Amino acid sequence: MKRVLPLFFLLLSLAAGAQAAAPVVQFTLSNGLTLIVKPDRRAPTAVHMLWVRVGSMDEVDGTSGVAHVVEHMMFKGTPDLLPGEFSRRVAALGGRENAFTTRDYTGYYQQIPAQRLEDVMKLEADRFARNQWPDEEFGKELEVVKEERRLRTEDSPRALLYEALQATAFLASPYRRPVVGWMSDLDAMTPADVREFYRHWYTPANAAVVVAGDVDVAQVLRLASKYYGRIPARAVPARKPRSEPAQAGLRRIDFKAPAEQAYVALAFKVPGLESLDAGAGASDDALALTVLAAVLDGYSGARLDRALTQGEGRVADSAGAHNGLLGRGPQLFTLDGVPAHGKTAEQVESALREQVARVAREGVTEAELNRVKTRWVASEVYKLDSVTNQARELGSYWAQGLPPEAGERLIQRLRAITAQQVQSVAAKYFGDDQLTVAVLRPQPLDKGRAPRSPVPGARH
Amino acid sequence: MIAIKKLAACALLIGAWAGFYSESALAGIPIQHWTLANGAQVYLVESQAIPMVDVQIDFDAGARRDPPDKAGLASVTAGMSAKGLRASGAEPALDENELSEAWADLGASFGASASSDRLSFALRSLSYPDLLARAVQLAARQLGEPAFPEAVWARERERIKASLREVNTRPATAASRAFASAVYGDHPYGLEMSEATLARIAVADMQAYYSGLIAPCRAKLSLVGAVTRQQADALAATLLSRLPQGSCASLPAVAEVRPLAAAIERRIAFDSAQAHVFIGQPGYRRADPDFFPLTVGNYILGGGGFVSRLSTEVREKRGLSYSVYSYFAPGLHAGAFTVGLQTRPDQAAQAVQVAREVLAKFVAEGPSEAELQAAKDNLIGGFALRIDSNRKLLDNVANIAWNELPLSYLDSWTNQVEKVTVADVKAAFARKLQPGKMVTVVVGGQP
Repeated sequence: MKRVLPLFFLLLSLAAGAQAAAPVVQFTLSNGLTLIVKPDRRAPTAVHMLWVRVGSMDEVDGTSGVAHVVEHMMFKGTPDLLPGEFSRRVAALGGRENAFTTRDYTGYYQQIPAQRLEDVMKLEADRFARNQWPDEEFGKELEVVKEERRLRTEDSPRALLYEALQATAFLASPYRRPVVGWMSDLDAMTPADVREFYRHWYTPANAAVVVAGDVDVAQVLRLASKYYGRIPARAVPARKPRSEPAQAGLRRIDFKAPAEQAYVALAFKVPGLESLDAGAGASDDALALTVLAAVLDGYSGARLDRALTQGEGRVADSAGAHNGLLGRGPQLFTLDGVPAHGKTAEQVESALREQVARVAREGVTEAELNRVKTRWVASEVYKLDSVTNQARELGSYWAQGLPPEAGERLIQRLRAITAQQVQSVAAKYFGDDQLTVAVLRPQPLDKGRAPRSPVPGARH
Repeated sequence: MIAIKKLAACALLIGAWAGFYSESALAGIPIQHWTLANGAQVYLVESQAIPMVDVQIDFDAGARRDPPDKAGLASVTAGMSAKGLRASGAEPALDENELSEAWADLGASFGASASSDRLSFALRSLSYPDLLARAVQLAARQLGEPAFPEAVWARERERIKASLREVNTRPATAASRAFASAVYGDHPYGLEMSEATLARIAVADMQAYYSGLIAPCRAKLSLVGAVTRQQADALAATLLSRLPQGSCASLPAVAEVRPLAAAIERRIAFDSAQAHVFIGQPGYRRADPDFFPLTVGNYILGGGGFVSRLSTEVREKRGLSYSVYSYFAPGLHAGAFTVGLQTRPDQAAQAVQVAREVLAKFVAEGPSEAELQAAKDNLIGGFALRIDSNRKLLDNVANIAWNELPLSYLDSWTNQVEKVTVADVKAAFARKLQPGKMVTVVVGGQP
């Protein structure tokens, strides 16, 4: 164990040097659009991403899923492009593309040979400003989105369980709704719902363009000004806070689904990271909670593995811990586990809580703390291997209102967290009153049963 | 037009080399290859930009060598090789937790996994000399002296059994198992681990499997990262230094996949929100000369993201499925050609019909000139995206090493694509695919 300390410090000093080589530059265009550029000249490729600070948390009841449907419809045309033509053009440029929607933001990206940057910028700026499509395209694409919900959620008991858990843990926060939307909201969605949401939120001051790869900063700024800069400025709509009221007592749900294994998830309400400056109390706690999650479950053989999944009388087949840390809405610290054969969800639940209680009582060792920090520092080097991942990280920091150097500062802040702080948050946030527990109760599978009927009112 | 496109592709390639090999813009992706004294083959691409190293070591010990009554042996042997080290000389044994802590403390990772053909070890470490030397020493020990502890296997077997039961409740599992069994018959590519085969696997089986197949002379090492050839040579030798020399006699041949004699239909009732559909047949071996026409053709049929024929007909025009695709899986044997989609149960019959029509028409008529050109624009124009990170380069180098492709393979890749004609694609698909004799599996469809 003596080896750990010198190696740990060696790694910190070396890795700090490796990062200095790649500066990130951020601009604001005159219409309010943010531009973030990260040159990386290793290969003649680039990634171009458009981020919009709008996600499912900006929806209202009755049209859940609309942010994600907008994302799908962005591939369906502009006054100059027929449905599907966007993808054909990107493919002809040698590009790969896709898009994603989360609770907090929506993103679109193309990976391209670097000399094609202007072409995709022109295409992306066009659909950002002028997305339009016939109603008939909407009808077909909505069916695709419902198939996506069936694939990712309806046939996955644990995905359904998490949907129910979010809906129970949050009352006022829009985080209570699934990103893909409730099925009946999808059934009832209209073209007008989608066009209205797009017009409302897709404004330059609510968007950022991130470009990483073999590019020249001045050239990217010139192109962005040319294509995005000419889009008229509009005010970003006001956002209602919809703050989650304080939880005052344990919430517990049972969820039945056809499965073999039970499963339990415990979600504790915890502070998220609001500021990267040291000394901001709640943000310090958020960082310490992330270190706690890593000490519990940051590598195989960490505390939860040892205590729950190994040895005589082990209670679980798997066990995990995760801290939310970053997000536009309220954050959760989640513990989860799959009971071992012959053990119950309740046994796993209490074993998980006992591991947090043990940290609260006894603290963590310096060796554990250094181990999880070493892994973060090393991962800062490994992440340089993918320009797409770097661009994705820059975009997500922007969406949370953080500066482009947030990644580096975050690691610095995590490195400064002490064993004392970890012990203190373990004692502070894991009582019953802020907790929601969800248990999956497996039901027998009847393979011979007739398939389900289609949802009434489903489109064709 | 074509001349200009070629020129553009050449310019692009020179750019790609510059990133990884700035000394010579003419040398292509510089893959260095040599043989160690112990017989191991080494392939290296030096990439100095990031202080990290990736190593992959491949052995002919994949699932195709599983005994049929112990299906899953390669996979569990790979997993168990990380569960602790034997004591050796002055070095004490390490249990599973001490071993994973040692890797975490190095900021590095090392582990094994099995595919149909290969058992592969992967090392990722920072390249700072002190750290890298320690990581390589630890990897060498793990490769040469895994403990395969009985008690850990008893536990892992229970965990795997429970997770097998869980995944067997999912419609996607039922569909892929029925498809593999119908396409491959009794060929090892179609074997699946079951509770019964799992129960028969003992630690002694893993040890015998490992000592019979994991030997330095059978190793193919691929390295990408911030090391010189001299460093890579020493690193490779050290990695294999704790493996016994072992036997280097030829391994027994594995039978080829047999073609299907007739169409097979499997309709399996399942209470699920979606029907899962697979259509396909045995495809081709990686050594097949039709590789490029089939690669280009499949991009057009069902490989090319949102713009393929299957995606256009099934998803874009009819809204029947979120995901629809086709792919070949060429290996040492004829891996399956697979068309896959999922749809609402009452739409399964329609989706199957559309997919079959698209497939039959493509095999009968081949692509249009315009489709072929669009495919080439994407594949050639986007070639640099296949090699623009150390991780992607490693996949490519390991592919060259495993399949004994020429070292110039990546340099000639765009030319090989450019040469493909409409007639080549049509002829290659007609040779490989028989739409009248395919397997169709529908799990959870409404009759």
